[in-house]
Amino acid sequence: MKRSNKPIFWALFGAGGMLSALVGPMLIFITGLAVPLGWLDRETMRYERVLAFAQSGAGKLAIVAVISLFLFHGCHRMYHCLHDFGIHVGRGLKAAFHGFAAAGTVAAIVLVLAV
Amino acid sequence: MTRTIRIECLRYHPETDAEPRLQAYEVPFTDDMSVLQGLQYIKDHLDGSLTFRWSCRMAICGSCGQMVNGVPRLGCETFLREFWPGTVRVEPLEHFPIVRDLAIDQSDFLAKLESVKPYLVQKAPPAGENTNLQAPEEMQAYYRYSKCINYLLCYAACPQYGLNPAFTGPAALTLLHRYNADSRDAGRAQRMPVVNQEDGVWGCTLVGYCSEVCPKDVDPARAVNQNKVNSTLDYFKHFLFPRAKEKS
Ligand code: FES
Repeated sequence: MKRSNKPIFWALFGAGGMLSALVGPMLIFITGLAVPLGWLDRETMRYERVLAFAQSGAGKLAIVAVISLFLFHGCHRMYHCLHDFGIHVGRGLKAAFHGFAAAGTVAAIVLVLAV
Repeated sequence: MTRTIRIECLRYHPETDAEPRLQAYEVPFTDDMSVLQGLQYIKDHLDGSLTFRWSCRMAICGSCGQMVNGVPRLGCETFLREFWPGTVRVEPLEHFPIVRDLAIDQSDFLAKLESVKPYLVQKAPPAGENTNLQAPEEMQAYYRYSKCINYLLCYAACPQYGLNPAFTGPAALTLLHRYNADSRDAGRAQRMPVVNQEDGVWGCTLVGYCSEVCPKDVDPARAVNQNKVNSTLDYFKHFLFPRAKEKS
């Protein structure tokens, strides 16, 4: 019986699911609504503060984790939804989905290291 | 009070019929009559050729699983009064080949069941003892899953099994977990390859309908998904220590 390599992607998918459930809605609320609409102090996301965050080790890690794990979660979910809808995507599209998430991860790491 | 209800049965005799068809019967029933009793009435009084399985009539033998108005249910536990004045449509469990009328061929499931070694692979008792004792908490770890009696409603409910019949499926994986989770068992290493393969737990996408239709509240979706965690741990363990002898 051949061992499946799904555990890697499932672990990323699971971690992304957990993270997005815990911090996703609040991140969207704070960065997308509350601050721009002035419900929260605009100073919260002042350029210098966000820059300082992105320059700290913990901040870099948090940014990469959110971008990468959200991507892996979303791509894995979409890939499985296609299958559930009866669209049986082959290895190529599977690689494309996970490749997209991997590319996003690499980009996030490179960009975060550059700030 | 006796009322009359219309029961439509799927009829199919693979050797002589080109394709399945629905046949309707008008069946007198009382409030306490189950769908199974409706079928028995048809067989006894209207059409002796109707074929279906049953035995216990009390939801413990697992023979009378059918699609009742499109939902996998036990014929003996589903009452006709629920559907009156509408019609009841009884069809064989989805995703299985039909032997005749409402009787399905279970061979595929039975082979899978055998592949998971659904029995205790005896662990050596502690030194000086000749038996393995078990604490109530240890029993709780598997008790719920041991209530599965292979009705196969979960296979009829599982869209993944419908799309890919090679998928080991809910009941077999649940019974696999039932023995892996038993403190007296030493068969884990023999069962993990079934869990780890693409058609093992990884065929599941957590639709969860299996747990919804299970008449014994076994929660196969939970058992399967606990084993995604187990399989992942096993994967990384194997990755880090490829040569380590798999211990149980
Ligand atoms: S006849 Fe035994 S479960 Fe229904």
